[in-house]
Amino acid sequence: MNIDNFKPAIIYTIYIASTPEKVWEALTTAEFSRKYFSGFAVETELRVGGAFVARAPDGSVHISGEVIECDPPKKLTVTFNVNWPALVEKLGPTLVTYEIEQTGDAVKLTLLQSHDRPLSDDILSGGRQGWPAILSSLKSLLETGNALVVQMEPPQRMLAALNELGIKTP
Amino acid sequence: MRKPEFIYVSYIETTPEKLWEALTSSEFSKRYWWNTSVVSDWKVGSPFSLVLNGQTTDVGEVLEADRPRRLSYTFQHILSEAAKKERPSRVTFVLEPYGKLTKLTLTHEDFAEDSVVVDGISKGWPAIMSSLKSLLETGNALAIPVEALFIAELDEVFRK
Repeated sequence: MNIDNFKPAIIYTIYIASTPEKVWEALTTAEFSRKYFSGFAVETELRVGGAFVARAPDGSVHISGEVIECDPPKKLTVTFNVNWPALVEKLGPTLVTYEIEQTGDAVKLTLLQSHDRPLSDDILSGGRQGWPAILSSLKSLLETGNALVVQMEPPQRMLAALNELGIKTP
Repeated sequence: MRKPEFIYVSYIETTPEKLWEALTSSEFSKRYWWNTSVVSDWKVGSPFSLVLNGQTTDVGEVLEADRPRRLSYTFQHILSEAAKKERPSRVTFVLEPYGKLTKLTLTHEDFAEDSVVVDGISKGWPAIMSSLKSLLETGNALAIPVEALFIAELDEVFRK
């Protein structure tokens, strides 16, 4: 997949007292992701073209994608498509990139959510709400051994905007 | 084009009261903010400044101080001539209880046109806010070398 046309719409940087290897493992394995990502199990086939999946706690596939760039423990890019009917047709694929960099004694983790077309603030509000919670929890998990319990309301503003576009959401 | 604005949300396992203390006390700020003191009596209309190793780097005025919910001040970087000429921007912290956590929303906005400080603050705040979260949750701030952020405006001060 050619990703030259994708531009970051959301960027979130967080520094974590950890190692790049541990941050990489936390981002790519279900054992960790279940703890910081609302019970979601991330499965990552670590090769370009490999599968990327996030399963809901009931085992159903919620997000599916493909590994686009894979340079452990520095950079991972995957397509990150929520499995709602017509979502990809209407909005195009979503690209998620994690960049991991040692910075002094800490690790700098930068999340980029990119798209191949401009999306409205309403649509982007979902990611803007979700990523800080997920990555705050990931940081706590790696630093203290305990993830955060972030009781997140459903992203109503995004869901309403998707429904308006004719994308069915649960 | 839309106006530049920097928003950073963080969830921290702490109380709004402790977080307020960390945002407004030099004893705390020196630990998570590269030895920077936050200096103010935190009354609306009072002066605010950031002081690093005896040198004032930023100044402003307290706009809102509703402990422990909302803190806002104007913000003007005064280390470079270019920044000194700009009108001040505005920093607002909103602290909300969130179950056992506190949700902290930092908004830095109202920049002068073609502001020279947007790049620096966009690099600086994530490091400062990450270190603040670590300090409150683990008792230890992060050791992030400020040089690693490549903020040209600050290089001078830290080299001294």
